[in-house]
Amino acid sequence: MTWETVIGLETHVELATKTKIFCGCTTQFGGAPNTHCCPVCTGMPGTLPVLNRRVLEFAVKAGLALNCSITRYGKFDRKNYFYPDLPKAYQISQLYLPIARDGAVPIHTDAGDKAIRIHELHMEEDAGKLVHDPWIDQTRADYNRCGVPLIEIVTEPDFRTADEVIAYLEQLKETLQYLGVSDCKMQEGSLRCDVNLSVRPLGSSELGTRTEMKNLSSFKAIARAIDYEARRQIERITEGKRVVQETRRWDENKDASYAMRSKEDAQDYRYFPEPDIPPIELSEAYLDGLRAGLPELAQAKRARYQADYGLPEYDCRMITSDKALAAFFEALVALGAPPKQGANWIMGEVLGALSARGLEPRDMKLTAPTLARLIALVSEGKLNRNTAVKVFEAVFDTDGDVDAYVKEHGLEQVNDDGLVREICAKVLAANPRSVADFRGGKDKAFGFLVGQVMRELKGKANPQAVNAILSQLLKG
Amino acid sequence: MNITAELVDYLAGLSRLEVQEGDRQAMTAELERILAYMDVLERLDTQGVEPMSHVFPVKNVLREDEVIPSQAREELLAGSPAPDGEAFLVPKTVE
Ligand SMILES: [Zn+2]
Repeated sequence: MTWETVIGLETHVELATKTKIFCGCTTQFGGAPNTHCCPVCTGMPGTLPVLNRRVLEFAVKAGLALNCSITRYGKFDRKNYFYPDLPKAYQISQLYLPIARDGAVPIHTDAGDKAIRIHELHMEEDAGKLVHDPWIDQTRADYNRCGVPLIEIVTEPDFRTADEVIAYLEQLKETLQYLGVSDCKMQEGSLRCDVNLSVRPLGSSELGTRTEMKNLSSFKAIARAIDYEARRQIERITEGKRVVQETRRWDENKDASYAMRSKEDAQDYRYFPEPDIPPIELSEAYLDGLRAGLPELAQAKRARYQADYGLPEYDCRMITSDKALAAFFEALVALGAPPKQGANWIMGEVLGALSARGLEPRDMKLTAPTLARLIALVSEGKLNRNTAVKVFEAVFDTDGDVDAYVKEHGLEQVNDDGLVREICAKVLAANPRSVADFRGGKDKAFGFLVGQVMRELKGKANPQAVNAILSQLLKG
Repeated sequence: MNITAELVDYLAGLSRLEVQEGDRQAMTAELERILAYMDVLERLDTQGVEPMSHVFPVKNVLREDEVIPSQAREELLAGSPAPDGEAFLVPKTVE
C-alpha cells in the first residue's frame, strides 16, 4: 500500500519588542535568572496587565503579510492550567477571536509551487523556564521569559512532505524577518515549531489519528522527526496496531521520539474571556496605516532583481533568503558593483565565509563598501579574481582596508605584457616535455604550463593574458 | 448543574489541590449553591441580547513599548517559601 503523510504546524514566534506583552520588563535574551521580572509578569495578586501597543502592531503586520483577514473586534482569553512555568496558573491567549485568520503562504519545493493555508494567528504570552536540579531533586523556576510576547501561527493540515514543511518555515522566517517583527532564531527559541502528523492510505480523504511532536530545535531535527514519525505510524498500522493520539518529544541525540507522560485531563483548559484586558477594536484607518508601512518583502525583491538586474531566479532566491544579505546586495549595487558580480561574490565567498564561521549575515563585520572596492579592483584589472579571494579572506573578519592590504602584500596584478611574455618563454624553455605533450594533443599540458607561469608571477598575473600569450608562443 | 464528588475530585486534580474527605462534602455543597445562582440567571430571557465579555465600556487600552526597570530579585523572591537566591524552587515537575 502507498501511504500519504498529512502534517499541520503550530509555530510559536517571539516578537521583537523591547518589552513584554503586558508589562514594561525587558525581553532581552539571557540575563541572570529572575532579573527581568515584576509583579505583573510573576502574577502577583492585584496587578493589572496592559497590552503592549507594538505587540498588537506586529501581530497585525504578520497577519497582513501572511495574507490573513484581520479580526476587527478581538479580545483575549484565559487558558487555565496549573504548572509552575506560569505563576498566574493561566496563560493569557486568544481562543475565540484570534487577531488574524484564513491566510495563505506560497511555498516552492522541487515538487513545484503550492499554497499552505493559515488557519489562524493569535497573540499570547510565553511561559517561564524550568530547570530540574538533580542534586536537590527540586525544579528551579526562572520567569525571565514569562510574559515575552508570542504569536502562534496554526496551519491547516496541508503539508505532505518534510520538504514542504521546511520550505514553509523558511518562507515564514523570511517574511517575519523582513517585517522586522521577529528575529526567528531557532537556537534562542524565538521560533519554535510543533508538528502534528498522521498517515493515511494514498487517495483516502479521511484523516488518521495524529500525534504532536515537540522539542524540535532545528530545521534538520524537524525533517528527521517527520520521517521517523511517519515510518513509526505506518509500521504500527501495518502490524495491526492503533496509532495513539499523544504528545511525543523528539530526542535529537537518539534520533528518535518518545511519548511524553500526559494526564488525560491535560487538555481541559477551561478557557474564558480574559477580564483584565479590554476588547480590541481596530479601525480601517489603523489597518490602512499598517498596510502602507509594510516593507518590500522577499518575493517582491526577487521579482525586482530579476526584472531590473537580470539576475537568474536561483541567485535572487539565495540573496533574498535573508534580509541582511539582501540589504548587503542592494548596498553593493548602489556603490556601483555590477549586479551579477555582486551576486556571485555573495553566493560564493560571502556565504562560504559565514558558514565556515557559523555566523548569520546580520552578524557580519564586512561592509558593502569594502567588498565593492574589491570588486572594482578586479573590474579595473588591478587584481585578478584568485588574488581578490585571498584579499577577501584577509579583510572579512575585521572589515579591513582592501587597498592597504593589496599594497602591503604587493598583490597588484602584473599587467606588464612584456614581463608576462618573458616568463612564459622561460617556462616553455624549462618544460620541453610538456610543450611536446601539448603539441602531441594533450590539452592537460596547457593547464600545467599556465600554472607554472602563475607560480613564477606569484599568482598576480591576469590569467586571460597568460592564456593568450602562452597559446601564441606555443603556436609559433 | 449537579455537582458530584467525582467532579470535585476532577477539579481539585486540575488545580493540584489535595481535598480531605470532610472538606470535599462541604465543597460539593458550596459549589452546588454557587451554580444554583447561575440557574437563576438562566431564567432571564436573553433573546436578542448580544453576548458581553467585559463589563466596562472601554476598549484598546494599550501601553507604549518602553522598558521600565524590573523588580529587584531579592524583593521578588522574598515572598517565595523556598528561594535559593536566584530562582523559585518547586517540586520536581520536569519530565
Ligand atoms: Zn514584568
